[in-house]
Amino acid sequence: MIEVNNISKSFNGQKVLKNVTTVFEQGKTNLIIGQSGSGKTVLMKCCIGLHDVDEGEIRFNNRLFSNLPEKKRKHIRQEMGVLFQGGALFDSYTVEENVMFPLNMFTNMTLGEKKKRVDYVLEHVNLPGSNKKYPGELSGGMIKRVAIARAIVLIPKYLFADEPNSGLDPKTAEVIDKLLSDLTKEFKMTTVINTHDMNSVLQIGQKINYIYKGQLWWRGTNKEILTTDNKELNEFVFSTELTRRLKGNHYGT
Amino acid sequence: MGIVKESGDYVLLMLDTFRRPDNWKMFKRQLFIDMRDVGIDSFGLVAFISVFTGAIIALQVSYNLDNPLIPPSMVGYMTREMVVLEFAPTIISLILAGKVGSRVSSEIGTMRVTEQIDALKVMGINPANYLILPKILASVIYFPVLIIFSIMLGLIGGLLAGIFSGLVSADDFILGLRSWYNPFTITYALIKTAVFAFIITSISGFKGFTVKGGSVEVGHNSTKAVVYSSILIIVWDLLLTQMLLV
Repeated sequence: MIEVNNISKSFNGQKVLKNVTTVFEQGKTNLIIGQSGSGKTVLMKCCIGLHDVDEGEIRFNNRLFSNLPEKKRKHIRQEMGVLFQGGALFDSYTVEENVMFPLNMFTNMTLGEKKKRVDYVLEHVNLPGSNKKYPGELSGGMIKRVAIARAIVLIPKYLFADEPNSGLDPKTAEVIDKLLSDLTKEFKMTTVINTHDMNSVLQIGQKINYIYKGQLWWRGTNKEILTTDNKELNEFVFSTELTRRLKGNHYGT
Repeated sequence: MGIVKESGDYVLLMLDTFRRPDNWKMFKRQLFIDMRDVGIDSFGLVAFISVFTGAIIALQVSYNLDNPLIPPSMVGYMTREMVVLEFAPTIISLILAGKVGSRVSSEIGTMRVTEQIDALKVMGINPANYLILPKILASVIYFPVLIIFSIMLGLIGGLLAGIFSGLVSADDFILGLRSWYNPFTITYALIKTAVFAFIITSISGFKGFTVKGGSVEVGHNSTKAVVYSSILIIVWDLLLTQMLLV
């Protein structure tokens, strides 16, 4: 479980996050949604320690993480897997070397054991046999899946994904969503996904945090989101033709 | 004010860079990769430029020493002094600032804009130490080797130019090469090269590491890395010459 307690963050005097308090629950896919510029990426970057918070604190299973020196964060960092928007794979490494990288850095496993683990996670993300390919030879969906494999290779307690579906076609996006959801259940991880993809929200959003103008505006499940009377959230959720039609069907209109 | 802030940021980054590696095995692996990239890959360019420049120096010296009172062996002597003292350590370092500096800066800069550096950081790895330190060490170890190689080829180029142009015989040129030899000039050249190697890779690493934005900024910072490195090489050339030779 990750607790976000009353955090605020400013850049150049402009407050981007304002007193955000929420909890990301273990074994569930926790979503952060909101319009572009609402502060959801900043919230995630604060959670993974790429930004320090100005006020408040972030705790991982009751262990303080925010604003600690890097040395003291190391232990929690090694329990964390992060999927970046563009994948952030190391260009000069093969798929196998990318996935093996955290194992090389933080374990004393033998080469055989590491290869076995790499094959195991690549199979989990439906990419068996792609070990020797370079990131430049992969499609967008495959890059995301390799990045997921690298993020879960140490079987983390916490998995963060920043817009995992951006730039993907709807079918591939669905595959990625299902993968993240299945992995969360299988490894009982606390998964936090930053998205504005409404399909993801409805499909895998077990706990949804809506960020509006830097504040936590609404919190609920993917079922509750369809019936909420929160004006700003409704404007965001039903901003596309598809979701408006969905709403029409939901109310039988 | 900008320069002061940038200098401060550079010092802070270097403090992060010169720390104990998170994993020695991975660090050594990265060091060998960087030795190949910054050192071995530069051999061809250094060889080509050294031979031709050595030849040009020999021809220009013999053209300017067209006096019957000056022995022809002076061509060999002066070529050696120019190659060892200035051409090999400084000019080759300036060329390496362009080749290696832009490579280091653009490589690290691209890693920054594609979030690869963030990925290292969230894994609990010190990215400055993992990415920049092996490059600095590789260049400080390898550039002096390149300079020794450059000195040898520069002198061979000078010898060949003398022979083929008919301006100086091989015997006279070699006699000049062996005259008034002071071994400290080689030490001086190697000290300069090690300092220049540090300047090139640390400045380029810094400019790459601090890129903000996208591909355009990566290009801008790579250019700045080469310009700043070149300026600092010239300034430090003067300082080191004053400290070590005068």
